[in-house]
Amino acid sequence: MPSILGTRVKRVEDPRFLTVGGTYVDDLRDPRLDGALWLTFVRSSVAHARLASIDTSSAAAAPGVVAIYTFADLSVEPQLSMPAFNEAMKRPALADGVVRFVGEPIVAILTEQRSQGEDAAEFVVVDYDPLPVVVDPVEAAADEVLLFPEAGTNTAYGRVREPDPTLFEGCDAVVHMTLYNRRLAVAPLEVKGCAAVPAEDGRMVVWLSSQGAHTAVASLQAALGTEDLHIITPDVGGGFGAKNGASAEDIVVCRVAQLQGRAIRWAETRTENVLTMQGRGQVQTVTMGGTRDGRILAYRVDILGDAGAYPMIGAFLPMATRMMAPGVYDMPKVEVIARSVVTNTAPQMAYRGAGRPEATAAVERTIERFAAEIGMDAAEVRRRNLVPKFVEPHKTPVGTTYDIGDYPAALELVLEAAGYDALRKEQASRRAAGDRLQLGIGIATYVEITAFGGSEYARIEVKDDGSAVVYTGTSPHGQGHHTSFAMIASERTGIPIERINLVWGDTDLVPTGGGTGGSRSLQLGGSAVLQTTDLLVEEARQRAAQQLEANPEDLVLDTEAGRFHVAGSPTAGRTWAEVAGNDGLAVASDFTQPSGTFPFGAHVAVVEVDTETGQVELTRFIAVDDAGTMINPLIVEGQRHGGIAQGAAQALCEEFIYDADGNPLTSNLADFTFISTCELPSFELVPMETPTPMNPLGAKGIGEAGTIGATPAVQNAVVDAVAHLGVRHIDIPCTPERVWTAIQEASK
Amino acid sequence: MKVTLTINGARHSHDVEPRTLLVHFIRDNVGLTGTNIGCDTSSCGACTVHLDGEAVKSCTILAAQVDGRELRTIEGLAAADGTLHPMQQAFHENHGLQCGFCTPGMVMAAVSLLDDVPHPTEREVREGLEGNLCRCTGYHNIVKAVMAAGGSK
Ligand code: FES
Ligand code: FES
Repeated sequence: MPSILGTRVKRVEDPRFLTVGGTYVDDLRDPRLDGALWLTFVRSSVAHARLASIDTSSAAAAPGVVAIYTFADLSVEPQLSMPAFNEAMKRPALADGVVRFVGEPIVAILTEQRSQGEDAAEFVVVDYDPLPVVVDPVEAAADEVLLFPEAGTNTAYGRVREPDPTLFEGCDAVVHMTLYNRRLAVAPLEVKGCAAVPAEDGRMVVWLSSQGAHTAVASLQAALGTEDLHIITPDVGGGFGAKNGASAEDIVVCRVAQLQGRAIRWAETRTENVLTMQGRGQVQTVTMGGTRDGRILAYRVDILGDAGAYPMIGAFLPMATRMMAPGVYDMPKVEVIARSVVTNTAPQMAYRGAGRPEATAAVERTIERFAAEIGMDAAEVRRRNLVPKFVEPHKTPVGTTYDIGDYPAALELVLEAAGYDALRKEQASRRAAGDRLQLGIGIATYVEITAFGGSEYARIEVKDDGSAVVYTGTSPHGQGHHTSFAMIASERTGIPIERINLVWGDTDLVPTGGGTGGSRSLQLGGSAVLQTTDLLVEEARQRAAQQLEANPEDLVLDTEAGRFHVAGSPTAGRTWAEVAGNDGLAVASDFTQPSGTFPFGAHVAVVEVDTETGQVELTRFIAVDDAGTMINPLIVEGQRHGGIAQGAAQALCEEFIYDADGNPLTSNLADFTFISTCELPSFELVPMETPTPMNPLGAKGIGEAGTIGATPAVQNAVVDAVAHLGVRHIDIPCTPERVWTAIQEASK
Repeated sequence: MKVTLTINGARHSHDVEPRTLLVHFIRDNVGLTGTNIGCDTSSCGACTVHLDGEAVKSCTILAAQVDGRELRTIEGLAAADGTLHPMQQAFHENHGLQCGFCTPGMVMAAVSLLDDVPHPTEREVREGLEGNLCRCTGYHNIVKAVMAAGGSK
């Protein structure tokens, strides 16, 4: 029988979403939540101020108001989200005397009806004593305005280091730029929500819109002072890195449920979502030097991360950027300086790629600048500097060890698929003709890190009817785990995928789990399913042997029939249902991968730029993404599409903007230019599979790859379209205004 | 005030505040949670339903404004025996959904698009769905699904 692995199985999870829709937190109709009170936050309207007073008396008298909480009423200690951060920068769940960004929650109002909260919030009077505001991370780094005076610095993580003055010795061409990797609204289509109810047995039951029930446990335990939690993640409408664990708001909801002794629900608005869920945000000062015949000798990137008002995971991400700074290039000397500073803006979360897109954007933009400087084709400069194909681990100058790679092949594949030479000819003829619409071709090659090592849990249970249930510690929210994991379990058991269910996101049903993020799920969770399936088959073989009074070694599993029998005599046998019997059969195991895997690829973007208006149209996008063995190419392609769109969005249109006073200018989906159908073409995907030796599936992550290559590919294409007019660089997002201005300035 | 609507063939009457949005009526009063809310500025289309056969964003209309009229939501799209509507089938075949949050609105918008333009070009599909946002799919497979359902190449 041909293997089901590697085939385009349609997702088993689809029918429910297509007919009645998923059950997201706001859709829950669980009887335990009957009569729940609704929680509404009053949020700061200023970026930095002392809270002179908070008057809730009129709000308390508003219809339906049951209780109102401020920081002092909660008795929840402020938390430091990672031990490595500056100790003085703990975040209180509600503002403690000072607000540090617009949107910071100050007051929580409980009402009988949902709509009453918004009305009551209008009556809360907050008296702000303004403090000086710092929005720009470069200014914040000067430590003139401090967010946490006790810290004595705005540096949340990392440190300043003097650059090596000798780094570019011997280089005959050196380029230097400042790159702005802008803040984005993460904007999963489902916003955040939470419901919590103290159960009769004294436990707290919590439903979260989160990428991992287990990853929320520690912070909720600390805040609630109880171990006894039952956390459930129902369907989750996208996360993209920013729904990790429990948020400050989730903590307030759970604590208020504990204090009230009754069910509490909360669902944020989209405006609240974009005010509080952002990612990226780095200022990168880059220098690259080499020879005029295209050999790069040294590269420096000085990363200043904008952590926002409280250091969260985003404050750590410059370190991920550091790890991947050299990208696919064999550069003898690489120097990375990385730190992050707090500013009066939303705390930075992880966003699809989380530190790696920033690394790729820096090196890929810089190499094109270097190519322009020495007057060499950008593809050719890459060819001359790529790490050659390797099958043994490759260690980079920053100390990261890549598993396996063939970057030259990825580059040649994408150039060929794009018709690179023909595109260059077309470009030359448009340039010669002085066309209004100029063609731009942008390349990005990349390597990234996924899973970062670690372990994941799987349990498989076969029931007496021969159906199976897979339990996983990963937490799907669109990635199709049910289908992929069922395929893996089916392949070696012969239990059809329609008869395999998936359980996830429930701390009572799954003992441990790392959730879904960092493109870890298939390689860790899927490998755990594979390993557990093998253990299950062995266990079943023992049982079947007993039942058949045969030697286990003599038994074979006929995966077509889903039945064990003695080799050569199929008449007597035991089906999965018979082997499982009344008691069922279950096996669990943890799979551990010692370190990360390193997917790689190459992207080409083709744009048309209207030289009179600066308007950019992305006309083609061609991608090679090598994530190792594909279990289900249909799902892999879907991940690539989504990633590419988000990466292209950062280059074309998306940016979360604050004014100098810290007022958000893009605080809803009318103002934040979320990419839509019309800004994108259909994508041209080229397959490439180099299995990793790090796990038995040979799989690397694919969730983030598209995003990582797409941003610099599109940006490079835009700059390339107008390079002949003298333009050398355009910041992202390449809005018509930026492009037009660049053309005007170059022609001066 | 009392508002009565026929939703997916069944009559629903509820006493609601005059300011109640249609999407809240559908979700909270009737209890049909397939229709989602993704924004507060009428930008995302997650709330798209059919009002007398036309796609509308149900967050932009008061329930009271459409008293007495006919609605169809995602729950009313498949046949009574559970057979998927061709558009639902096309989304399934083409992997046109990931997290599923935009999906009900996207499918309803796409059905309405094909009512207006039976064999759309890719451009027409993209323009027709511009008001429906999706964060997961990059739209590629959604466009492909709608083209397939419309018999377009
Ligand atoms: S919820 Fe109606 S358009 Fe977004
Ligand atoms: S499938 Fe997740 S938003 Fe469209």
